[in-house]
Amino acid sequence: MENSVAYEKATELRLGLPGIDEPAVLSSVKNNKRPLHDEKSGENGKSAQNETAPPSKAQIVGWPPVQSYRKNNFQQAKKSESECGGIYVKVSMDGAPYLRKIDLKVYKGYPELLQVLENMFKFTIGDYSEREGYKGSDYEPTYEDKDGDWMLVGDVPWEMFIRSCKRLRIMKGSEARGLSCSGV
Amino acid sequence: MNYFPDEVLEHVFDFITSHKDRNSVSLVCKSWYKIERCSRQRVFIGNCYSISPERLIARFPGLKSLTLKGKPHFADFNLVPHDWGGFVYPWIKALAKSRIGLEELRLKRMVVSDESLELLSKSFVNFKSLVLVSCEGFTTDGLAAIAANCRFLRELDLQENEVDDHRGHWLSCFPESCTSLISLNFACLRGEVNLGALERLVSRSPNLKSLRLNRAVPLDTLQKLLMRAPQLVDLGIGSYVHDPFSEVYNKLKIAIQRCKSIRSLSGFLEVAPHCMSAIYPICGNLTFLNLSYAPGLHGNKLMKLIQHCRKLQRLWILDCIGDKGLGVVALTCKELQELRVFPSDPFGAGNAAVTEEGLVLVSAGCPKLNSLLYFCQQMTNAALITVAKNCPNFIRFRLCILDPIKPDPVTNQPLDEGFGAIVQSCKGLKRLSLSGLLTDQVFLYIGMYAEQLEMLSIAFAADSDKGMLYVLNGCKKLRKLEIRDCPFGDAALLEDVGKYETMRSLWMSSCEVTLGGCKSVAEKMPSLNVEIIDECEQMEFNLVDKQKVDKMYLYRTLVGHRKDAPEYVLIL
Repeated sequence: MENSVAYEKATELRLGLPGIDEPAVLSSVKNNKRPLHDEKSGENGKSAQNETAPPSKAQIVGWPPVQSYRKNNFQQAKKSESECGGIYVKVSMDGAPYLRKIDLKVYKGYPELLQVLENMFKFTIGDYSEREGYKGSDYEPTYEDKDGDWMLVGDVPWEMFIRSCKRLRIMKGSEARGLSCSGV
Repeated sequence: MNYFPDEVLEHVFDFITSHKDRNSVSLVCKSWYKIERCSRQRVFIGNCYSISPERLIARFPGLKSLTLKGKPHFADFNLVPHDWGGFVYPWIKALAKSRIGLEELRLKRMVVSDESLELLSKSFVNFKSLVLVSCEGFTTDGLAAIAANCRFLRELDLQENEVDDHRGHWLSCFPESCTSLISLNFACLRGEVNLGALERLVSRSPNLKSLRLNRAVPLDTLQKLLMRAPQLVDLGIGSYVHDPFSEVYNKLKIAIQRCKSIRSLSGFLEVAPHCMSAIYPICGNLTFLNLSYAPGLHGNKLMKLIQHCRKLQRLWILDCIGDKGLGVVALTCKELQELRVFPSDPFGAGNAAVTEEGLVLVSAGCPKLNSLLYFCQQMTNAALITVAKNCPNFIRFRLCILDPIKPDPVTNQPLDEGFGAIVQSCKGLKRLSLSGLLTDQVFLYIGMYAEQLEMLSIAFAADSDKGMLYVLNGCKKLRKLEIRDCPFGDAALLEDVGKYETMRSLWMSSCEVTLGGCKSVAEKMPSLNVEIIDECEQMEFNLVDKQKVDKMYLYRTLVGHRKDAPEYVLIL
């Protein structure tokens, strides 16, 4: 049994969002007679209203009956997820047959990241200095940032780095040395 | 009457532990009452306003363990204002003044101030156990007092409380001499904890069986804790985010494998789902798994985890498990007794990922199922009838369809027949929550068949007063009835006011009852407190009797009107 959309509007179940020109949220009984016994007094009140939920469900006070602790927790989790969702980036190493992927969110800073890269690809990174980049090794860790530029890992603060890093590349040899010599 | 000396009777009563039974014993005769009350150690008070602390103390001088519940259940869903009541301070103050040697305090839905916790911690030398469930009003300062002053503390169990976290070093307040901890649960705390203090505390607690961590405890600390406490039976993991290539992960795998006693696992408040394999070794022994706070775990990773849990008896999960996932549960968890499926989006804005299909699968695969909480997108009568046939042992059946008045989508009929089948089949049903499109008919069935029903929750249902009357007339064992947004009015409310004295409480909000009707109940039944809650203060309490009442909460009491009600609560 289908009811037209117009009928549904007329029965005013108030599943619309608050702020729309319909008054009051569903929990107020003064405005909210249940359509079945209100409108259908002449008919067989047992037949169901066709359920066509409006595209955006309203927030009925206290519905669904989920503990407020759980709701607050969900909001917290969502917030921290958007702040701290896993940041997976590809890592390539010159000469290696295949790439790897790591989650930058897991590490607390550069030393940890570099240690992991060393373990992963079995090589050694030199010591970092702002002036000279990585000395003492043939390898330089670099990354592609949001602008598409290739940058030396370690120049910017960690938080800024993980937000702007799109992929990592461990450069080898002369190409690497060229990068470290150029100031940014 | 008494053929035995008191000591013998007392010894016999020692074997009677359930509250119900001890209450019955005390009613037999005066001497049994006297012996029982002097020997009673554990008291349960389901509504803190039904009795006063002074009378409790007078009757049970040997009290050691007290359980108190405060706000009505619908307070969980923001239907009760925060300062409505349920303050524990007067209880602690009175007990502290008395000679009661309190050892255990369990509170649910109460307002607990730091002042209360401090007074508690200083007043009872042998205090051993504090359990707070869904409470509020305290901060980590209060916890610091408990940690510092309760020298023989065995249990500190905080479940789903809203705690103001001052990030103080409350964990460090446990003195070095405290080695008695058996259970520590601080999963609901949002702030940082002193990890070093936590490690030392666990190291010096050889009896620790239950440990539930909060989100701020990272994986490397977890690994260290597990190495120190391989005897754990119940573990709540905080943060489970790590790099699978790291040393820490390897160490964690080893640590977990040593924990052969873990039977209960929860938490995963932050989770990297690709690293669950470290957990597999303990899954086979789990009887309780709570993943309802782990939205990061879903899909295949979740399925694989569950497939390892063949002995599961209780499963709490999010609806992202989907009907298919519930199918996996049905195939794997043959011992399952309790299932709770929570909505991934608790604001109900999206679609729930489970439907009647998942429930039917579980009912078919898990014949021992007796307790259900199920948030779903839709339900059909046919499914409910099948579930009722498959699982006649339900004690608790709580169904929540996200759209509260949704009919059977296949037949467009109300769900009366489906729920009717449940109450008819499940003769031991004690708790029932309804949802979906429902008419008076379902209440006729409930009144007829739900003979053991103790708690009933109704929302957006029924056509007339008849619905409520069927329930009040039929359900002889009804203790708690909570109703919102139903067309029940004064006629139903006033039909049998004596009934309310046999119940703990009645809640009615957004119904058709009027101020006059409520006044009538209050007049006829002086043993009830009839509270009208009106936050908008539109009523100003001098309006006409035919004004409809927004929220009414009535409960039986031996001590009359409470004195701590806020301005917007009128007690008739």
